Amino acid sequence: MTARIGIVTFPGSLDDADAARAVRIAGGKAIALWHDDDDLRGVDAVVLPGGFSYGDYLRCGALAARSPIMEAVLDHAARGGAVMGICNGFQVLLEAGLLPGVLVENAGLKYVCRNTCIEVVDGTGSPFTAGLVPGQKMVIPVAHNEGNYFAGDDDLQRLEDNGQIAFRYVDSDIHGPANPNGAARDIAGIISANGRVMGMMPHPERAISPELGSADGATMLTASLEALVS
Amino acid sequence: MSDIMSAPHQHPAMTFENAASMGLSREEWDLIRTRLGRTPNLCELGIFSAMWSEHCSYKSSKRWLKTLPTEGPQVIQGPGENAGAVDIGDGLAAIFKIESHNHPSFIEPYQGAATGVGGILRDVFTMGARPVALLNALRFGAADHEKTRHLLSGVVSGIGGYGNCIGIPTIGGEVNFDSSYNGNILVNAMAIGLANSDRIFRSAATGPGNPVIYVGAKTGRDGIHGATMASAEFSDETESKRPTVQVGDPFTGKLLMEACLELMASDAVLAIQDMGAAGLTSSSVEMASKGGLGMEMDLELVPAREDGMSAYELMLSESQERMLMVLKPDATETARQIFEKWDLDFMPIGKVTETGRLVLLKDGDVACDIPLAPLVDDAPEYDRPQAEVAKRPVLASADISDDRPVTEVLTELLCSVDLASRRWIYEQYDSQVMADTIAPPGGDAGLVRVHGSRRGLAASTDCTPRYVEADPRTGGAQAVAEAWRNLSAIGARGLAITNNLNFGNPERPEILTQMAQSVLGMGDAARALETPVVSGNVSLYNETDGSAILPCPVIGMVGTIEDIGAAVGMAPAAGLTLVVIGQTDATDDGWLGVSLYARNLAGNPVAAPPPVDLEAERRNGLFVQQQIASGAVAAAHDISDGGLAVAVAEMCIAGRTGAQLTLPEGGNPHGWAFGEDQARYIVATADTPALLAAADLAGVPAATIGSTRNGGELQFGDEGAISVGDLSNLVEATIPALMSGG
Repeated sequence: MTARIGIVTFPGSLDDADAARAVRIAGGKAIALWHDDDDLRGVDAVVLPGGFSYGDYLRCGALAARSPIMEAVLDHAARGGAVMGICNGFQVLLEAGLLPGVLVENAGLKYVCRNTCIEVVDGTGSPFTAGLVPGQKMVIPVAHNEGNYFAGDDDLQRLEDNGQIAFRYVDSDIHGPANPNGAARDIAGIISANGRVMGMMPHPERAISPELGSADGATMLTASLEALVS
Repeated sequence: MSDIMSAPHQHPAMTFENAASMGLSREEWDLIRTRLGRTPNLCELGIFSAMWSEHCSYKSSKRWLKTLPTEGPQVIQGPGENAGAVDIGDGLAAIFKIESHNHPSFIEPYQGAATGVGGILRDVFTMGARPVALLNALRFGAADHEKTRHLLSGVVSGIGGYGNCIGIPTIGGEVNFDSSYNGNILVNAMAIGLANSDRIFRSAATGPGNPVIYVGAKTGRDGIHGATMASAEFSDETESKRPTVQVGDPFTGKLLMEACLELMASDAVLAIQDMGAAGLTSSSVEMASKGGLGMEMDLELVPAREDGMSAYELMLSESQERMLMVLKPDATETARQIFEKWDLDFMPIGKVTETGRLVLLKDGDVACDIPLAPLVDDAPEYDRPQAEVAKRPVLASADISDDRPVTEVLTELLCSVDLASRRWIYEQYDSQVMADTIAPPGGDAGLVRVHGSRRGLAASTDCTPRYVEADPRTGGAQAVAEAWRNLSAIGARGLAITNNLNFGNPERPEILTQMAQSVLGMGDAARALETPVVSGNVSLYNETDGSAILPCPVIGMVGTIEDIGAAVGMAPAAGLTLVVIGQTDATDDGWLGVSLYARNLAGNPVAAPPPVDLEAERRNGLFVQQQIASGAVAAAHDISDGGLAVAVAEMCIAGRTGAQLTLPEGGNPHGWAFGEDQARYIVATADTPALLAAADLAGVPAATIGSTRNGGELQFGDEGAISVGDLSNLVEATIPALMSGG
């Protein structure tokens, strides 16, 4: 069975076309969703892609979190539906209250675009990490100005204890510090307690072939899509 | 709207003083009154001064630009449109252009650079192309100048601020530092897009009576008369011109791009032009005059951001993210729906006429009624005087006495701001959005995959201003040759170029000489390498208080590679032979005149730059391309600033590998190591005999200079080895240290 993956386009979304291509490469069917609609068209999972939704005016993701499509996404998540937010999409998930914490300006006070090495941590059994084993390392690029994950100590401890940290930045031979943005506890992505909502700063949809520097994103998404419809 | 053809008497007539304040000469003022048969009003004078500015009219450069080759079987659109277009096969066209935003970026670096990127992207998507790559060419003052940090930081974040937010990858660029840019930096931005060859949109208005539509952002009082400012010299007071710097909004730019491309998928658009320099003035004048028609617009209908804007302000504003279109009358409603979907203004503001005149209405009155011909076709054109080019002596490398080890000099050169790693800069640019970037910044040329195919689109921006200053004709040719080499070094063949001519005041003969001669050299090279010029931009008067910049005619070259899988980088593995292509003997002494070595370490003696042999450039480049395509070359790098030793060290750093090189016996080893002889590459190969035999067959000089090795040490002859890891750390530290004030 082919997974039907809805990809939301907000005004200012940039990685919507890339995400659709990655979904197709991973064996799924990409369904375009528009910010001003409130219909998810029966998709199995929703991807909130990267970009600068609504120009990132006010705060990154804040306006997008209040758009009509997000009401449908909230209902979908409340019913246990799967949602993945990448980069700006992760920011939207936090602004919508689907995941805890905030993403603040990078510790280096600059936009950063480069490859990172992330390690799989997830202990929730999420479909988004279905094909990956804890400790497995992947090379996935980041490109953001506000990717510095922050939450209160209690929230951070709860994320650790519940296995809700999806990915951590780890050392590798890539130039620069392992953690590109100063994120608390080197967090690159987190997952809801039920494993159905995941947000991550790195862009798996850009790591889809060896010629682009890594195919690890395609590997990850292929297994995720299989898990979503099995 | 009525067809009012009478002269607009109600407005106060202007004087020469008004004209002079807009940058017009006495002769130009007299010419305007002769052509009009009367004295212009404020709005009309503003339109003349903008259209006759150097920026819009090319009045000092046109005579020389006409000498450039602009045709070839690959050319679909040469200079004269918003951007040039070349056929890249499979029914696709690459559409590209480079443009400067020098003056605004000095006054307000973030906004100046950001709107430079926004403007060049509009030029490309106006032609119906989806932009797929950005590059830039930047020049800053001395690294230790008080403004350099502030300007570099602002320009880089401005380029990223626009490019990252609109979602087009920045895949290449170049940055150099020289004290001549202390008071006048250069910010040139280049954009490349892809379109179907049979769906390219142009700007000539058609069909009298057809509606003229304004779309995009509203018009405000920002950037008024920016084109005129960009055509004047700087002085201490220029910084008070901050209000003439436009403010960009990449979010609106993204919506405008999507709306335009969506509309262009239909057949609604007859003509389209972006509102760049001189805003509504240049867009309406150029569309009407290219169509051999006229245009009438009611300025009351222009969507305005502020109340009470005058006709003059509306026509001269350079507010960003705006377009002017001529649509098929029956497609207007469909078009309106697309722009409303993207939350953009869409307003019919006038119509195409047969009058050959630009008629503007405001407050129920004629604010402007002028013939179009004098604005464009009869614009002044100057054949300004040149000065003699002094013949410079050849610098013999034996005349430079410095017996330091090669590695010591190499380390010093590599860690200078001229050669240090640009990572601090390019990591602030999103180089991977669109998920087609094969070669991000940091290599010889950027490379993106043509979406959905195996073909690659390669590009590079290049110029070596110190060569141009030393010998303008050679320097102009060298800029083209170096761009060709950068593409060849990844395995791509150059197809065509765009140029950005950055010079000082052309009214000074020595400056005009730099421009004229370098354009001639550029033409020589473009003909020899079959890379015609398809678009470009001229930025003159780059002077502050009478002191001109080092001349900088930047070349942006675009080319293709059949299979992205065959492209190589500059990072070799260990155990490969290093072969220098373009040099007959491993021990050839090198050309040190006007080299980076001579400038930085030998007192910068007056000398001739390395000669450019265009036949050798062509032959060697084609050979390297062929060897890469056949898989015989595992890594390649062109030899440019800093010479052979620098090129080898950069390869070692990229590949994290060591290398052992043979030093020549006798002669000046620094000439061999740091000479900047042209038409050369270093390639790494696993099959040296085959490569040397192929070179021999092709009549291409080639010589083995050493090999890469494990252990991470770089060694020249029996000098002490240096650690490539240490070298890499030093090279990476230079710009971060500069920017942190260290």
